[in-house]
Amino acid sequence: MLIQATRLTKSYKSGLTETVALEDVSFDIKTGEFVAIMGPSGSGKSTLMHMLGALDTPTSGTYLLDGEDISTLSDDELAEIRNKKIGFVFQAFNLLPRTSALKNVMLPMVYGGVPKEKRTDLATKYLRMVGLGDRLLHTTSQLSGGQMQRVAIARALAMNPSIILADEPTGNLASVQGEEIMAIFKKLNAEGHTIIMITHEPDIAAHAERIIAIRDGRLITNRNNKSPKERKKH
Amino acid sequence: MDYFELLTSAVEALTLNKLRTALATLGIIIGIGSVIALVSLGQASQASVQSQIESLGANLLTVLPGSQNQGALRGAPGSTETLTYDDAKAIAASSQIPDISAVSPEYQSRAQVSTGQTNSNVQVAGVTGMYETVHNVSMAEGTFITDSENQSLAKVAVIGPQVAADLFGTASPVGQTLRLNGISFTIEGVTVSKGGSGFQNPDNIVYIPLLTAQQQVFGVDYLSNISLSAKSQSVMTSAENEVGYFLLARHHLSDPSKADFSILSQSDILGAASQVTGTFTSLLSGIAAISLLVGGIGIMNIMLVTVTERTREIGLRKALGAKKKTIVSQFLIEAVILTLVGGLLGMLLGIAVSYGISLLISLPFVLSLSSILLALTVSGGIGILFGWYPARKAASLSPIEALRYE
Ligand SMILES: Nc1ncnc2c1ncn2[C@@H]1O[C@H](COP(=O)(O)OP(=O)(O)O)[C@@H](O)[C@H]1O
Ligand SMILES: [Mg+2]
Repeated sequence: MLIQATRLTKSYKSGLTETVALEDVSFDIKTGEFVAIMGPSGSGKSTLMHMLGALDTPTSGTYLLDGEDISTLSDDELAEIRNKKIGFVFQAFNLLPRTSALKNVMLPMVYGGVPKEKRTDLATKYLRMVGLGDRLLHTTSQLSGGQMQRVAIARALAMNPSIILADEPTGNLASVQGEEIMAIFKKLNAEGHTIIMITHEPDIAAHAERIIAIRDGRLITNRNNKSPKERKKH
Repeated sequence: MDYFELLTSAVEALTLNKLRTALATLGIIIGIGSVIALVSLGQASQASVQSQIESLGANLLTVLPGSQNQGALRGAPGSTETLTYDDAKAIAASSQIPDISAVSPEYQSRAQVSTGQTNSNVQVAGVTGMYETVHNVSMAEGTFITDSENQSLAKVAVIGPQVAADLFGTASPVGQTLRLNGISFTIEGVTVSKGGSGFQNPDNIVYIPLLTAQQQVFGVDYLSNISLSAKSQSVMTSAENEVGYFLLARHHLSDPSKADFSILSQSDILGAASQVTGTFTSLLSGIAAISLLVGGIGIMNIMLVTVTERTREIGLRKALGAKKKTIVSQFLIEAVILTLVGGLLGMLLGIAVSYGISLLISLPFVLSLSSILLALTVSGGIGILFGWYPARKAASLSPIEALRYE
C-alpha cells in the first residue's frame, strides 16, 4: 500500500478558538491509482493534501507513506520525502517569478542533488512532454495560465516521484486548458504515476478512478468511479 | 549542496532590486570606508611623527629644567631657570660622562622677526656650533652658526626653509638682514627642510648664537634645554644616568627625587607621541566601528524585509525539498555578498579618502595589507553575524504557512 491514512485529524488553535480542519479521516491509496478528493470550499481538502504531501503533520492519527510513519520524521527528513517521492501541482502554479521555465523545472533537482548537466537534459525532456519544448527559456510572465500550470507539472515530474499531488490544478484555468491539463495527468497515470487530485468540480473529478469526498473535515464518500471520463477528442 | 547554484541565485535575487541593494550596502560602505581611512591616516601620522622625531637627531637626550615631579607645574616661574650654560660646559668637559659625544646648550623662545616688508612672530633658537651635530642639521645654503660667532656675540642668523620662503620668497636670503626684536642680524645660511609640521617645526626656526640670544635679544642667563648626543643607541641609558648624577652633584642635590631638571630620551618622546597618536587612532576607529555596527543592523533590517517579502518563495522552495541548511545558506550568502561588496567598495572609498587627505596635509600615505584583510574579514563577518537571524527565520518558516501567505 502506497498511502495509509488512519484517523487523520488536524486542528488549528488560534487563541481560544480551535478550528478542526480535518477529523478522523481514514483511507488507503494503492500505487498507480488516480484519486480525486472532492469537497466544497473550506471542507479541509488543502489541509488533507498538506498532510499527504508531507508538508505538515497531523494533530492525531497516523499517515504511512510507503509504510513509513510521517509524523515521526524531522523537518529535513520531510523535505527529503517531498523532494524524492512527491510532485506538487498548486492551484496558483507557484512558479519562481522572473525565472525561466527550464530553471523552474530544475529547482527540485537542485535540492535533490542531480548533477548539473543531467538537470538540463531532464528538465528539457519533461517540458517537451507537457508540450512546452519551444518555451524553455520563457519566464513566468511570458506564459499563459495553462502554460504555467504545464511548467508546474513538468516541475512535479522533475524527480520522477511516485505520487503527484495536485491541489485544484484547473481552478485558475479556462475549461479548455483544464481539459488539456487533465489529459496530461491521465497520460502520467497511464505511465504509472499515482495521481491524487483535489478539486471541487465534478467535471474534473469525473476523470479519476476513485472519488473521495469530504465535508466539514470528515470523509463522506470513498467510491470507485466505474466509468472514468475519456479524454475529449477534438 | 550546490554552492554555485546558491551563489547565482543569490546574485540574481540581489540584482532584482538594485536600488535597495545599493542602499543596504551604503551603511557598510561608509562604515568600512571610515575604518580604513582612519586606520590608514592614523598609521600615517604615527609614521610621520616617528620619522620627524628621529630626524631631530640620533641618540638624542634632552635635559629640561624643572622638577620631574612637578608635572603640570613645570612651567611655573623660577622652576624653569635651573639650567645654565655653565652646566652644559661642565657636562662637555667632565670625564665622568664618557657616553656623551656632543653637548648642545639651547635657549628657545619666540620673537618678532621683520625684514623691510614683512613682520612675523617666529621661534628663535639660541645655539652653539654643536647644535648642528646633535640635531643632524644640514645646510641648503651657507654655513651654520659657529662657536667663535657665539663667543663674539656675533649678530648672524641661520634660518629654516619655511622662514626663508615666508620672508624672502624665492630670492636667496644669504647676505640679507633681518631684525629680531629690533636688532639687526645678517643671514649666513638656510637649513635643509626636515618636513616637519605643527608646533616646534624645525623648518620654521631662526637660529642665532646662544650668547647673543641670552644677553642681547632676550636678556636671560639660563637655558631652555640642553640637547645631548649619546655615543650610540646602546649606551642611551647609561648616558642618561651619568648626566643625571653629574647634574645632581653639580646642583648640590643628594636626593634624585628632588632633581631640578629632567632628562628625556628620544624613545621617551617617541613612546609618548605614538601613545598619543595611537590613542587618537583607536578613538576614531571606535567611532568608525559604531558606524559599522549601524551598517550591520541596516543589513539585518533589509534581510528581514526580504525574508518577509519572499515568504511564498521560501515556502515553495521548502515544499520542493529545500532543507533548512539550504535556505539558511541561501540567505546567508545573500547577506555576505551584500556586506562583502559593501566592504570592497568601502575599502576603495577609504583608500581614496585617506590618499586625498594625505595629499592635502602632506602626510605619508600608508596602506597596510592588514587593514585590507581587516576590512574584508570584518565585512564578511558582519554579513554572517547580521544575516544569521533573518536566515534562520527564513529557514524555520513552515512550508504551508509560507505557501498560504498572501
Ligand atoms: N493555518 C490555519 N489556521 C487556522 N485555520 C486554518 C488554517 N489552515 C486552514 N484552516 C481552516 O481549516 C479549514 C479547512 O481549510 P482548507 O483545508 O484550506 O479547505 P479547502 O482547501 O477545502 O478549501 C478552513 O476552515 C480553514 O479556515
Ligand atoms: Mg483549498
